Amino acid sequence: AKLSRTQHSKIPFNKDINLKFFAMTILRFFFTLLSRWLVIAVGLVRAYLARGSYHGLYYSIEKPLNVCPLCHIPGIVPSSVVLTGFQVMSRVFLTWAVTHSVREVQSEDSVLLFVTAWTVTEIIRYSFYTFSLLNHLPYLIKWARYTFFIVLYPMGVTGELLTIYAALPYVQKTGLYSVTLPNKYNFSFDYYTFLILIMISYIPLFPQLYFHMIRQRKKVLGHVEDYSKVE
Amino acid sequence: MDALALEAAGGKKVANGAAVAAPLPPPAPVKRKPAKKAKKAVVFFEVEILDAKTKDKLCFLDKVEPNATIGEIKSMFHKSHPQWYPARQSIRLDPKGKSLKDEDVLQHLPVGTTATFYFRDLGAQISWVTVFLTEYTGPLVIYLMFYFRVPFIYAPKYDFTTSKHWVVHLACMCHSFHYVKRLLETLFVHRFSHGTMPLRNIFKNCTYYWGFAAWMAYYINHPLYTPPIYGEQQIRLALIIFLFCQIGNFSIHIALRNLRPPGSKTRKIPYPTKNPFTWIFLLVSCPNYTYELGSWLGFTVMTQCLPVAFFTLVGFIQMTVWAKGKHRSYLKEFRDYPPLRSPILPFIL
Repeated sequence: AKLSRTQHSKIPFNKDINLKFFAMTILRFFFTLLSRWLVIAVGLVRAYLARGSYHGLYYSIEKPLNVCPLCHIPGIVPSSVVLTGFQVMSRVFLTWAVTHSVREVQSEDSVLLFVTAWTVTEIIRYSFYTFSLLNHLPYLIKWARYTFFIVLYPMGVTGELLTIYAALPYVQKTGLYSVTLPNKYNFSFDYYTFLILIMISYIPLFPQLYFHMIRQRKKVLGHVEDYSKVE
Repeated sequence: MDALALEAAGGKKVANGAAVAAPLPPPAPVKRKPAKKAKKAVVFFEVEILDAKTKDKLCFLDKVEPNATIGEIKSMFHKSHPQWYPARQSIRLDPKGKSLKDEDVLQHLPVGTTATFYFRDLGAQISWVTVFLTEYTGPLVIYLMFYFRVPFIYAPKYDFTTSKHWVVHLACMCHSFHYVKRLLETLFVHRFSHGTMPLRNIFKNCTYYWGFAAWMAYYINHPLYTPPIYGEQQIRLALIIFLFCQIGNFSIHIALRNLRPPGSKTRKIPYPTKNPFTWIFLLVSCPNYTYELGSWLGFTVMTQCLPVAFFTLVGFIQMTVWAKGKHRSYLKEFRDYPPLRSPILPFIL
């Protein structure tokens, strides 16, 4: 029996009919997500070629962009629930609470920056999961998943921060999502300050996530190198 | 060696003793007294303490009395490693097992005459009393700072002014009374099972209490504060609920204290006493949390302030978690635990 050394599959493909059906469902699911991100990618490429305003582009990709992160299922996907959850939350926040809500930032270059970063990351990631389930993971995809983030992560973060920064003056002017005193609930909320705090929170959080991925990289890719030596 | 081990352990499992016997240094067997001949001769134990993670030999104690407690062994270990005071030692039979209690007696444990224990450092510890005093003094002081409108909080023209709403004064009295009560209970009423907790807890706990206190106090004492919609009726009702629950909470603390003789760590099922406020024990395992929730609901209605509602909600969630855990451990420990009781809310939760 040929041993699969390149990854560990959580679902044994040769067992129950029920399990097989379950696995096929997941597979179909991943393919769908993969194709959605590819659609976004195609849109991005076309926009780049057109070198026009990205305003229209944002609207065309808004829907798939929003559905995708919400479809993450914890437990099925072999990565930390906390980290994935965090990523989902930050993406939903960026998409709805910032880019969608503040119309003026939708034509900013920074939006293109983080959307591109997310797109490439997700295409690689879903390819990784799909092929893992099929027990035929090409080393290239695994390598890509654990290497591309080195550039994509900072790229995405830069795009996100620039977008939030661009939204600030409009939020302050219009008082978006803000509540002032006096009111009968004796409560206030300043969205402008909140956004600034979010930006500041990137300072402790981003390095932690980044170095976690680097450690994962050493563990996963370093491991395979040992195996290839044994061969 | 095996026969000796069996005899000493009274027929219990001796896997530890037998397995570890081999790598011991040669002088060890010489110090043992043969238990076969004189039945009244004391078989001294040898205790070996290994690091739970690295399995390094940290300490070897010989001539340990068989009736020595884990607490005494911890003190002996502390002498050879002064940086690990007993409160931060976790001694266990298995590297991944549960911690042994200080009261456990060596000879009653499933070990051979050479006992192997695994040590885990619990980290710097701080006493419960210290943590409670710190985390409760904060809100008391912080709220008063907002109440007296100390500079740099509100606009300068409001510095050291007082609110024109009498409910704001009432709220200050209630809030301060609550935390003074907690401080006094910490000093004179509570009997703690554990002496200490990890040091990092004090930062976590203080952030929670002090942060929420500041957030609530900011709005209640704000110059633009809006008093409750239903006015005096609402405030009066809320005050009654608040006081009722404060007395209730205090009664429960006294009842729980009386369950346990001073200096002991015994656990008993709490039952209703002559005090009517304790009759809630018929329906609830942790009525102190029930009353606490009631107090904060009263305070929320009294101030009609959303941040107070948030604080009540978060506190309720945490207390429910604790109550469920306590309820579960009661059920596990006592066969005859009253079945009618719920953890925190009668019949509901």
